Amino acid sequence: MSTKQQAAEVTLPSDREVEVTRSFRAPRALVWDAYTRPELLKRWLGAVPGWSMPVCEMDVREGGSFRWGWRSDEGGTEFGFHGEFLEVRAPELLRNTETFDPGDMGGSMGDSPAHITLRLDESGGVTTMISRIKYASAQDRDAAMATGMTDGMEVSYQHLDRLLPELAASGASA
Amino acid sequence: MTSAGQLDAIFFALSDSTRRAILARLAEGETSVGELAAPFDMSQPAISKHLKVLERAGLVTVGQDAQRRPRRLEPEPLAAATEWIERYRAMWEGNFQQLDALLDELQGIREGAEPGAMVRDHDDQGER
Repeated sequence: MSTKQQAAEVTLPSDREVEVTRSFRAPRALVWDAYTRPELLKRWLGAVPGWSMPVCEMDVREGGSFRWGWRSDEGGTEFGFHGEFLEVRAPELLRNTETFDPGDMGGSMGDSPAHITLRLDESGGVTTMISRIKYASAQDRDAAMATGMTDGMEVSYQHLDRLLPELAASGASA
Repeated sequence: MTSAGQLDAIFFALSDSTRRAILARLAEGETSVGELAAPFDMSQPAISKHLKVLERAGLVTVGQDAQRRPRRLEPEPLAAATEWIERYRAMWEGNFQQLDALLDELQGIREGAEPGAMVRDHDDQGER
């Protein structure tokens, strides 16, 4: 059985929101852990060659806060996010604010925090993750998406470029 | 390359269901305002307001016929918006592929790997 998952989907429910949906072949409790435990989160979130995540603090409870920081191996460029948890209902719902710390990377996602709602639903061994991010304005939303893609784009295409020939060679089916 | 301002205008235009329906109708062929209004059961002024938003975004232009002034759908702005969203999606997909590998490892399906490295399937996984 192929380990290839259904690819992520992105929709724009309103002019200031983004919704990202993705399914994972894993129990919901495990996906919840991957999203909330620092030692797991840093293994995948922004885990791209050339970058490390030296800061990953998570106090996952209502009123608790989190702080994430990435640093490039070359040149030591830093940026990150911080926020506060508003609602914690393990393993199905996580709501938090999120503010971008541009560090010395530049870019902007506006001055107001974004509001994120993460839902996890499990059925037949597959967990579906739906993350809705609401920004304070349309400009903030578009700026956030632009900042995210500019720096992640090259690396994510590299991932796909390397993955596809391997899948073809191993004869894995879709 | 589509500017941030142009993308704002495009996404604002697309954020209304009536405007999306107008674009779907125009995708079938150019139409005058009067012909557009009928299936929506909307007054011409109401439709015109929506059309102005679509025209400001470059999604709709006015054709040559001075009397009929047909509205036509322009494909480039939609293509630009789609490509823009796709790049953001690809960024997230990169993260999620790392998460796939981690979840497999946690379930004992796959050997551990360095964060950020592409995990290789040396063994033939077969059916699980």
